[in-house]
Amino acid sequence: MTPTRKKRLMAIVLILLGVGIATVLFLTAFKENILFYKSPSEVLAGDYPKARNFRIGGMVKKGSIIKSTNSLDVEFYVTDYAKDVKVNYSGLLPDLFRDNQGMIAIGQLDNNGVFQAEEILAKHDENYMPPEVAASLKEKPSNYETTDNSNNLDKEDK
Amino acid sequence: MLAEIGQFTLAFGMLLASLLAALPLYGYFSNNEKFMHTARPLAYLQLIFLLVSFLILVALFISQDFSVAYVWRNSNLALPLRYRISATWGAHEGSMLLWLVIQTIWTAAVAFYSKSLSRSQVARVLSVLGIISLGFTAFVFFTSNPFLRSIPAPFDGNDLNPLLQDVGLIIHPPILYMGYVGMSVPFAISIAALLGGKIDETWIRWSRPWTNAAWGFLTFGIVLGSWWAYYELGWGGWWFWDPVENASFLPWLAGTALIHVQAVSEKRNAFRGWTVLLAILGFSLSVLGTFLVRSGVLTSVHAFASDPKRGVFVLTLLAIYAGGALFLYALRANKLKSQGGFQLSSRETLLLANSIIFSVACFMVLLGTLFPLFFEAFGKKISVGPPYFGSMFFMMMMPMAVLLPLGMYYRWQKDELTRVLKQLLPSLVITLVLAVVVWFFFKPLNLKASLGVFGGAWVFVTAMFYLKDYKGKLTRAVWGMQIAHIGVAIYLFGVSMTEHTDFEIDSLMNPGEVKMVQGYAIEFKGVEVKQIENYRASQGHFVVSKNGKIVAEMNPQKRYYPKRGNPMTEAAIDPGFSRDLYISLGEQINDQGGWAVRIYIKPFIRWMWGGGILMMLGGFWAASDRRYFRHAKLLKQKNIDKYLKA
Amino acid sequence: MNKTVLKALIPLVLFLSLVFLLYNGLGKDTRLLPSALINKPVPTFSLPSLLNNKTLSNESFKGQMYLLNVWASWCPNCRVEHPMVTEFARQNIIPVYGLNYKDDDATAKAWLNQFGNPYSDILVDSKGLVGIDFGVYGAPETFLIDGDGIIRHKIVGELNPQNIQNELLPLIEKYKNTIK
Repeated sequence: MTPTRKKRLMAIVLILLGVGIATVLFLTAFKENILFYKSPSEVLAGDYPKARNFRIGGMVKKGSIIKSTNSLDVEFYVTDYAKDVKVNYSGLLPDLFRDNQGMIAIGQLDNNGVFQAEEILAKHDENYMPPEVAASLKEKPSNYETTDNSNNLDKEDK
Repeated sequence: MLAEIGQFTLAFGMLLASLLAALPLYGYFSNNEKFMHTARPLAYLQLIFLLVSFLILVALFISQDFSVAYVWRNSNLALPLRYRISATWGAHEGSMLLWLVIQTIWTAAVAFYSKSLSRSQVARVLSVLGIISLGFTAFVFFTSNPFLRSIPAPFDGNDLNPLLQDVGLIIHPPILYMGYVGMSVPFAISIAALLGGKIDETWIRWSRPWTNAAWGFLTFGIVLGSWWAYYELGWGGWWFWDPVENASFLPWLAGTALIHVQAVSEKRNAFRGWTVLLAILGFSLSVLGTFLVRSGVLTSVHAFASDPKRGVFVLTLLAIYAGGALFLYALRANKLKSQGGFQLSSRETLLLANSIIFSVACFMVLLGTLFPLFFEAFGKKISVGPPYFGSMFFMMMMPMAVLLPLGMYYRWQKDELTRVLKQLLPSLVITLVLAVVVWFFFKPLNLKASLGVFGGAWVFVTAMFYLKDYKGKLTRAVWGMQIAHIGVAIYLFGVSMTEHTDFEIDSLMNPGEVKMVQGYAIEFKGVEVKQIENYRASQGHFVVSKNGKIVAEMNPQKRYYPKRGNPMTEAAIDPGFSRDLYISLGEQINDQGGWAVRIYIKPFIRWMWGGGILMMLGGFWAASDRRYFRHAKLLKQKNIDKYLKA
Repeated sequence: MNKTVLKALIPLVLFLSLVFLLYNGLGKDTRLLPSALINKPVPTFSLPSLLNNKTLSNESFKGQMYLLNVWASWCPNCRVEHPMVTEFARQNIIPVYGLNYKDDDATAKAWLNQFGNPYSDILVDSKGLVGIDFGVYGAPETFLIDGDGIIRHKIVGELNPQNIQNELLPLIEKYKNTIK
């Protein structure tokens, strides 16, 4: 093999090696950083990624927010009007976070069925519901009951 | 009355755009001088009419004419004058009009600065630019008209989103749009060349200053956006890999690849096809960005009010521009084959490597941004988190930083690695010393930060040596390149330090409490309520000391605007050369005046933006190189001779 | 077509697939598809009235063709479309009812006092639960419901002369025989 050819071969091998390593690293980074979105119903049905972060989204259940007065801990329920999941979070809350507002939390479900949130997102304006939240809310069954009795919603059983 | 005049000038602008798109091009294909002659005047007229239209919209905002629906939606009586003006481009319709005006500005600039080119070249380029402005004018006129009335006129307006009542909104969009839209110039030049069936160095040389200028604006726009998000959003982040941010980054990456491959294709007969492809890609990404931001396809903090109808329109424009360009490219593929040969071991290869790195990075960011959309087609809802982008980007930039100096020192066509390395040896030694010193000073540094610091030092030292050893006249092009590369080095240092050695803490602070953070004593004095301009603020008072001496007094706010339901966070920042102190308020936690507080220490964060500014300056400086004007003069003379001979 | 041209067509092909993907993305958007509820019966509801002590339910509307306009005092575009709603109601084609969505009674009443009340009556959906059933995404939205209680059309966003003329009036004409 001539020296030029040898050089060229070396170069090609190096390039392929580089591309191979890059692809592996890229795929790993990619896979680990894809966050799935789950609604409370899906989570309670067991359909959520175990042992890794995912996103849970829905509405903040009215009246469910409990804030500590001597720490940054907060707990509340996220609901899709069919099922509720309790969420624990410690830290500063986004400005748009409140009752009856769409929100998305990133974290993991612990062994007690409580969602331990690392991050809370409520970043749209008042009149906007994230498409994912709206879509999952639409699939709810029609005989959901509210726990507080104001504004009765009489739904006939279908 | 004024609004109707605004509509009229817009409509007339659309007419002018269609004439500009059609007449000179027709003149080119039928070899009719008279028709080609119309290009420049039409370009100037188009500018005048659209500028008037835009200024009318501004006037409507200043005079607070709430009978115009767009003004009503984005302004109100309590809004200070400066924000009334910038509210013009605060939402979709107005910002689209701004985009349009900027398109006509670039078109007119090309008309003005093309005296050295032949009539047929100018006609082609301006016509393509006319096609582009026609598409966007139609878009504004038919789907996003800012002049529509709402009758009866409400007494008071709605409001401008408080996040946008800020100096950042005044400058960031115009500068960024200058960049986005500027990419249409190399695009148009490439199309014009393809139409004529050949890409020679005249075309590429002509497109270089335009590419550099557009890239400079884009760089500045991105820096401004990052800086604005940092101090405005209140949470200390400066880049979120949000789809809208990625929308601005994608054309920048393509633009960087383009600038570097133009360096080769101008001087050597190589990579001409690749140059054209990147020019097409750059502008297509700008249009894609506009589509992503305004169509509601991807959810984002920054997205404008989304409307699928508008989305379809922009997507159609994108299909026409990029699809048409790529089709033309395929048709002319045979004529684009480059002849110039070069060895593997040469500057050409290294610049190609740079181009590949940036193109791959561009593709990775595009993939990450669009992946959720792709996945949704299968019914699964996902999002791609920032760590993907961050680690992937790091992997790309490290080889780039290492190869950059080699690219500068390698000779054209044929060179030897050993020779280049020998030349770089002194710089390598100094780099290692510098890197070790920095490492000792700031340890502990993790692997990524250390590599980043080393990369930055390497680029910086070699740039300095290059300037010192340069034989021959130091032209603006060379200076520009070095300034931009030094900017890269400073950016690398800043981003490595701020990403990997920053400090963040959320805590509950009661009045009188002091928190010790990295040598700073931060005392929370309490929160008081104040009425300022058009909002009410809960303002916190913090006193920061170091070694007993007061370093800063910081006053973060929680603002309540009357027409908005939710509060807004205004962080307090103490900027510094070597670090930023950053404090923002959460909410009141207890009745004793205790508040949730976030404290950040961000080392060297300003170096990041400073590096970006240097990159911008380097781009502009290189664009102004007299070589282009001198060559233009020569070319003009050649054209005159040709004319006289003919 | 030789190899060079074939290779050169690859970018175009890739690009067209991207456009296709993006177009699909638009189509999937829940706001683009008016709703799966078109031509389906109105969801069951029972809500108090804002204006009096009555409770309004599906029974109350039997035999009537009407517009149900989703609005709220916090909704800026509702103010923009309000003159349109008022004008439509004034022409007495079919009654217009309001669905006061995720709002506060006092603020809603103040809003009506300031801008005028075009509605024959207003349902109070303070939690937005009925809105969810209707597939309401935000405000303003307007539903056309015929005399058999079937949803015949949904307009997302403001009412304007165009969509009234081109979308609502033809359908009102088409289903007018359901009015009892």
